[in-house]
Amino acid sequence: MSQPPSERGHTEWMVTPVGAGPVARRVVLGIVAVVTLLFLVAPLALIVSSALSQGIGVFFRNLSDAGTQHAILLTVITAIIAVPLNILFGLAAAWTVTKFDFPGRTLLISLIELPYSISPIVAGVAYLFVYGSQGLFGPLLDYFGLKVMFALPAIVLASMFVTAPFVARELIPLMQVQGTDEEEAAVTLGASGLATFLRVTLPNIRWAVLYGAILCNARVMGEFGAVSVVSGNIRGQTTTLPLQIELLYQDYNVAGAFAAATVLTAVALVTILIKAVLERIAREIDETPVRPPA
Amino acid sequence: MLGLPSAKQSLSARSARHLRRSVIPGFGLALGITVLYLGAIVLLPLCALILKASDVGLAQLWGILSSPRTLSAIRVTVTMALAATAFNAVYGLLLAWVLARYEFPGKRLLDALVDVPFALPTAVAGLALTALFSKTGWFGGPLEAIGLKVAYTPLGIAIAMAFTSIPFVVRTVQPVIEDLGSDVEEAGRSLGANDFQILWRVIFPAIFPAFLAGCSLSFARSLGEFGAVIFIAGNQPMKTEIVALLTFIRLEEYNYQAAAAIAAVMLAMAFLMLVVTNMVQAWNLRYLGRGDT
Repeated sequence: MSQPPSERGHTEWMVTPVGAGPVARRVVLGIVAVVTLLFLVAPLALIVSSALSQGIGVFFRNLSDAGTQHAILLTVITAIIAVPLNILFGLAAAWTVTKFDFPGRTLLISLIELPYSISPIVAGVAYLFVYGSQGLFGPLLDYFGLKVMFALPAIVLASMFVTAPFVARELIPLMQVQGTDEEEAAVTLGASGLATFLRVTLPNIRWAVLYGAILCNARVMGEFGAVSVVSGNIRGQTTTLPLQIELLYQDYNVAGAFAAATVLTAVALVTILIKAVLERIAREIDETPVRPPA
Repeated sequence: MLGLPSAKQSLSARSARHLRRSVIPGFGLALGITVLYLGAIVLLPLCALILKASDVGLAQLWGILSSPRTLSAIRVTVTMALAATAFNAVYGLLLAWVLARYEFPGKRLLDALVDVPFALPTAVAGLALTALFSKTGWFGGPLEAIGLKVAYTPLGIAIAMAFTSIPFVVRTVQPVIEDLGSDVEEAGRSLGANDFQILWRVIFPAIFPAFLAGCSLSFARSLGEFGAVIFIAGNQPMKTEIVALLTFIRLEEYNYQAAAAIAAVMLAMAFLMLVVTNMVQAWNLRYLGRGDT
């Protein structure tokens, strides 16, 4: 994927490449810098400055608000359930479509990617028509006294829908490139399927799994549209952190909303940081010469 | 298929045949988990939605969709998604160019910043953008002084949509610019072309399919965006109400038929955009393949 610098075009220029002249460079960089500051940096700066505008004491008092605390807990529980299930699915899906060829493989790949292009609101509404009282299973669930809608199960399910492709998306291209030779060798030498996966495949893909899991986690914690439909937004019960932000904002508690938003912003920034670090590790592994088989 | 035709490409016909008789175990288990998960989490709800929408009946469906409020919401959503995509097309292309071609201090930081809209929850983005562009905000005050109102207007919707979908354009175009060989550019130069001619006749055609794919992803995402938009939109029916919000409102009114109908239209739009994006990406790969040989 990433090439060593010597193979990239721009280090071998005999003549000045397009846009490398000092004037063009300065103009393009200047435009990008200004727009980025206004468009991407300003919102981040505003979140932090608004949350802290009344002092750090008020910030922590806002965070320790009972509703916000409960929302944090609910969000973490959701992530703890949804993310591992998503990793399992991502591994299984990537294993299926990259190690085997079978009829319907392309269709399966499209289906794996499908949630990515569907609006979270549509996902939420769709879940309502499965588990809601008007839905397919509604009467059955009522009969057994089970509650899925407007409760934790629906929040988890909707989060899983929205983030289903995340781990698989990271793994599929990578495992495609790696091929099947190593696994075939291991199996031929008598390794069991599980041992092959754990000792041959997993070490090759562990960074991608981690990266996919972290992105998935950030998205699960931040999901708003799908969760706001299926959670019913019951105060102090089914409000995840993003929903709590909206509740506080509607209550004109802007400082409280920004304090809650800071938590999710921190999650986002840590996610980006880990991503950058993992990409660096992956690049270093890429550039080290292939180690001789142990 | 989205983003994955490369998979097919890298598999030579021989290895594909080889895979069919794979010695690797676990096919049944992995396929089972995948199909079960997809079936229960993704397909079951979508089928339930389509079932519900098909219950509504054509005449009633037409009534719901052709109501002035729905039409207005569709118009606002599509127009502002187009505006957001147009902005992202220009800014995203410049960002991708800068990241692929220039070395400068802070490049790593800029590269990381591109991911902010993906990692930042949309509700947080919406809250921040609203505060920025409201009357008392950092940008809203100065902008209103020159007579430009952003928060609680369609322009605010476009800004929220642009923010949440900018990484699509950058991340689709950036690798293509990075992989662009220098030879064609040098050939153009040696034939006497100036910068503008090389840019327009050599570089732009090479990155155009990827650029188009990025734009269609950005547009698709904008059509469905909810969290970021509802904070800044003001949500006035017939003026600044988007389709996703109208669906939500119909649900809260317990008007399940209308919600199902509008959600089904959004689903259809998503499928349409998926087909368009796939076609563009298939074209993109063909184009790249031709360039390689």
